Amino acid sequence: MTLMGWLQIGFLFILLFGLTKPLGLYLYNIYESPSRFKILSTLEEMIFRFCGIDKEQQTWKAYTFCLILFNLIGIIVLFLIQTTQHFLPLNPQNYPAVPWDLALNTAVSFVTHTNWQAYSGETTLSYFTQMMGLTWQNFCAAGTGMTAFLALSRALAHHATDEGDKTVGNFWVDLIRSILFVFLPACFIFALILVSQGTLQNFSPAIDVTTLEGAKQTIAMGPVASQEAIKILGTNGGGFFNANSAHPFENPTPLSNFLQMLALVLIPAALTYTYGKITKSSSHGWALLATMVFISLLGVAFIYYFESQPNPLLNHLHLNQDLGNLEGKEVRFGIPGSSLFANFATDTSGGPANSMYDSFSPIGGLVLLINMLLGEVVFGGVGVGLFGMIMFVIISVFIAGLMVGRTPEYLGKKIEGKEVRFAILYVALYPLVILVGTSWSILAPYGLSSLQNLGPHGLSEVLYAYTSATQNNGSAFAGLNANTPWYNITLALAMFIGRFLSIYLGLAFAGSMVNKKIAIPNAGTFPTQGMLFIGLLIGVILIVGALTYFPVLILSPFLENTYLQMGKTT
Amino acid sequence: MTKSVPHMRSRINKSMFQDIMSMTFKRLNPFYLQKNPVMFVVFIGGSLTSLICLRDLLYSIPFHEPLWFTASISFWLWFTLLFANGAEAIAEGKGKAHASSLKALAKEIKAHRILKNGQEEIVPASELRRDDIVKVQAGEFIPSDGEIIEGIAAIDESAITGESAPVIRESDSDRSSVTAGTRVISNSLLVRIIANPGESFLDQMIHLVQAAKRQKTPNEIALQILLVGLTLIFLIVCATLIPFGLYFHDKISLTVTIALLVCLIPTTIGGLVSAIGISGIERALRKNILAMSGKAVETAGDVDVLLLDKTGTITLGNRMPVEFIPFEGVDIKELAKVVQLSSFADRTPEGKSIIEFVQKNYGNFIDEKDIANLTFIPFSAETRMSGCDNKSLSVRKGSCDAIQDFIEKKGGKRPSNFAQVTEQIGLEGGTPLAVAQNDKILGIIHLKDIIKPGIHERFKRLRAMGVRTVMITGDNPFTAQTIAEEVGVDTFLAEATPEKKMKLIMEEQAKGYLVAMTGDGTNDAPALAQADLGIAMNSGTQAAKEAANMVDLDSNPTKILEVIEIGKQLLMTRGCLTTFSIANDVAKYFAIIPAIFVLSLPELEALNIMHLVSPHSAVLSAVIFNALIIVILIPLALRGVKYRPLGAKSLLARSLLIYGVGGILVPFIGIKLIDMLLVNMSLI
Repeated sequence: MTLMGWLQIGFLFILLFGLTKPLGLYLYNIYESPSRFKILSTLEEMIFRFCGIDKEQQTWKAYTFCLILFNLIGIIVLFLIQTTQHFLPLNPQNYPAVPWDLALNTAVSFVTHTNWQAYSGETTLSYFTQMMGLTWQNFCAAGTGMTAFLALSRALAHHATDEGDKTVGNFWVDLIRSILFVFLPACFIFALILVSQGTLQNFSPAIDVTTLEGAKQTIAMGPVASQEAIKILGTNGGGFFNANSAHPFENPTPLSNFLQMLALVLIPAALTYTYGKITKSSSHGWALLATMVFISLLGVAFIYYFESQPNPLLNHLHLNQDLGNLEGKEVRFGIPGSSLFANFATDTSGGPANSMYDSFSPIGGLVLLINMLLGEVVFGGVGVGLFGMIMFVIISVFIAGLMVGRTPEYLGKKIEGKEVRFAILYVALYPLVILVGTSWSILAPYGLSSLQNLGPHGLSEVLYAYTSATQNNGSAFAGLNANTPWYNITLALAMFIGRFLSIYLGLAFAGSMVNKKIAIPNAGTFPTQGMLFIGLLIGVILIVGALTYFPVLILSPFLENTYLQMGKTT
Repeated sequence: MTKSVPHMRSRINKSMFQDIMSMTFKRLNPFYLQKNPVMFVVFIGGSLTSLICLRDLLYSIPFHEPLWFTASISFWLWFTLLFANGAEAIAEGKGKAHASSLKALAKEIKAHRILKNGQEEIVPASELRRDDIVKVQAGEFIPSDGEIIEGIAAIDESAITGESAPVIRESDSDRSSVTAGTRVISNSLLVRIIANPGESFLDQMIHLVQAAKRQKTPNEIALQILLVGLTLIFLIVCATLIPFGLYFHDKISLTVTIALLVCLIPTTIGGLVSAIGISGIERALRKNILAMSGKAVETAGDVDVLLLDKTGTITLGNRMPVEFIPFEGVDIKELAKVVQLSSFADRTPEGKSIIEFVQKNYGNFIDEKDIANLTFIPFSAETRMSGCDNKSLSVRKGSCDAIQDFIEKKGGKRPSNFAQVTEQIGLEGGTPLAVAQNDKILGIIHLKDIIKPGIHERFKRLRAMGVRTVMITGDNPFTAQTIAEEVGVDTFLAEATPEKKMKLIMEEQAKGYLVAMTGDGTNDAPALAQADLGIAMNSGTQAAKEAANMVDLDSNPTKILEVIEIGKQLLMTRGCLTTFSIANDVAKYFAIIPAIFVLSLPELEALNIMHLVSPHSAVLSAVIFNALIIVILIPLALRGVKYRPLGAKSLLARSLLIYGVGGILVPFIGIKLIDMLLVNMSLI
């Protein structure tokens, strides 16, 4: 580890803190008083009128129904685009239709905000599929995440009324506003910045060149920057190229790398401020951000430290390993730029990669796994990250409330059996899918056959795949051949459950909170801000995560690390 | 403030012990256990390991693990269940003992029931129905809870309250209730019975301490859901561990998987949760509080605003004179004499205390001869005056405006500084009484409220708990303000009427506060019903009691503080033991995971940081620790975690340190000790 490395990391966090409030305030204003933004709101009105959206307030049930319906249609459309891409325009390489199981996996993957890619984009998908299918879904999936967050935070802020008003907003309004006011303008600017750094944006067919050595090489082209912008800002993570952000056409320079890292966590971080504003408890919003920053810093410290260590398996070659474990990393980003990127990629539900996570040291890989296993609540996906964080907060304040001798309450609303049920089911859902999926795959021959490595590393690869899918991350420990019917289908299922069942549970929770009375806190109320709360929340997140995944993590990266120190792999 | 009542202290005697033992074993019944899913999982685990033992006895080749090991695990799993059942049975036994000692009073009493035709018949108390009318005479016991419809009597309630001084109970007043088992000392009463057999407050209370009958409170249900959720997670973790083992060519035995599962699921809190709930109610009962539901006790812990009547709660019921203020030209001695004369017929406590004050400070002015010539006018609520007359003399003492009317009728005029003096007294929190002779006001008696000793500290404690206190008084705002400042209540409601009180409660509730109040009169009933927590005094009317969530047998309004603490303690005990239970899992993982993989993955021995001797001793030690910790924590579950009014933050920091950090460390030590013991005793 070097001082320069830490300065880079520190600078990014400081910048993040500085941007949280202005951006969070902007987000608050566009959702709560959009008429301030004349041009956009006129445009929005036109869209509403064109689509026949009456802006009627919906209950959580109607809201959730629209959310899931909209996304189901998204899956079908994206599936059809892929399987018919050879008939559709913008296919200069004449790629054939995508096989059905891969198309299904990819459709679910992009709709669920996962962007798990069991294919290489540049050799499988046409420009039309990339733009109209994937990029479009990147916007919709990010927007969907925002809507889930909005419905939940409105429900928590809503004062009980005698009429029993239980509405949480209008899904279509929230979705369109998220895309129109947030993602489109932000991505437009960000894409241009990326282009200035050298990211591609064209419709040219791939170029065949002869290298100086005389070898033939095909250089892929395409509308990269436009997809790259939403991939990062929307914490989607699905790259245009298979190499994702490691590819020089996606992420050309250290500056573009820095900006991509910042953009990845920017909106999730800003939402903590928006949340504080909506629920009229700004200090609680800051406490959530502090919790996220602490866990994130802890993660990057571990990764950076372990990636800076030499690989013991290479010791006998007498190589100079002073720079650390550079296998699978881009030299232009270095260890700190790769460590922080990987940490953010798994903290958020983004899952882009500027290095090969499979080549990380076992402990580095362990941190990436843990980041996802904790539920991607540290920053997390746009909207849904904070959404999941609130579920952990519910469990924390429930226990803390009991410990101070008051019926637990959150933001003044009592937490009772019904709410605890939704929160704990939300937390239990992920281990169920991840552990069952992983254990099945490593026993069944059709699962085992995709493994490149046996032993603990093989287990890590499968565990990583199911974790990444269920948590809608989308990053991969390469090494596992996931493009088989078994993995395509089960991972698609995992992604679907991990996305929509969890949103359903969270919104059901919102529904049961919406018409509760808001009690005024007194000296006996446990405060949801300040160091003690932050400490408690960190403790609950880490302990629940640790207790749930202790055995499997011991058997995968931990064991691998033990082997590595002994100089063996299995 | 609450006196402990010696004969009601529960001791676990022999018959109770037998009861507890039989309950402990009877409740191994799966139909009973399924109400507590965490312990039901232990039951299934115990049954499965027992079946494996049975199988091993029949076949010579053991099923994965040696017979002695499976048998030991099975044995300790059953003990885990027994310990949990035992905790519940002890709590229930103690609660029942309290309740039945109260109930025993009412047994075997014969009642004189008045029939429709006016005749009397003698029936056992147990046959009395609601709305029966009984006659109770001096020396007899009240046969069942009821309300006096005719008569006034002195009643000895010491059997319930432990207070030896008799109390007065009277029909058509706010003190018209009588309780079964108390004894009428003087006069006779007609009492209307208010509850059918088995439906009295006490009977309801007994249900609350019976594990099989009581309803879980909302908070308990919420906790149970959390525990079930955690159990579900650990079930997934343990079930998927078997395939992970197979991947590393290790067949993890069912016995060890079950052992791990039982260690991980929150058995500590799961086993004690019922005992905690019951003993919370039992603690209320011990303070002579009858709660209508377990929920009421929990609600008490959440109270934000507390309404307290000034009289009888904050101040002693009667005001006392502190000084006489003569007007210009009046001798103090002369004033004192008139005061004594005019108060002679005032039989109210105030009147008595005024006479005592005169005699103590100025001597006696009245002799027998004087009295003979005087006509006494007793104090009445209508005239608000008392005094005496003879031909030439007419003296009065009473409220200022009444006296003013009195002298003005006789053509007199009030002294010029009259208003100034009376206002000054009001500002100081006192009450002025004017004293007049014929058409002249001689002076003013300064009456003062006597604040109950120790009340100031109680309010301080309430404030530290986060409870805001509101003093309710009929006094004018000035007086109220002064007293409020003196005793340290947060706000006050002056010139209170039942309507104003009701309005205040609703306003506070609309703001999102939880309101508690105490009351006794019939006109308190709507407010008691409206308040989130209403505590009726046992001496109060039936209407008040029915509207309330709790009845205080001692009729001591300040007891609400203890009720709040009991409510808080109840939740805290649950929270702390949940935290402890979950924190324990860390050490158990470190004991069991390396033990499981000792053969296939010896590298994991690095995790055996406790250096447990063998895989079998490691697993067994963890299971034994898991069972014993329940026993060790039974006293805490019954007693409750101590509540300190420190404010939520420091309270939580403290509890997290003890039960969170402690919960992580304790099992490391405990498991290691058990392991050493097993090895030293050559049990392994």
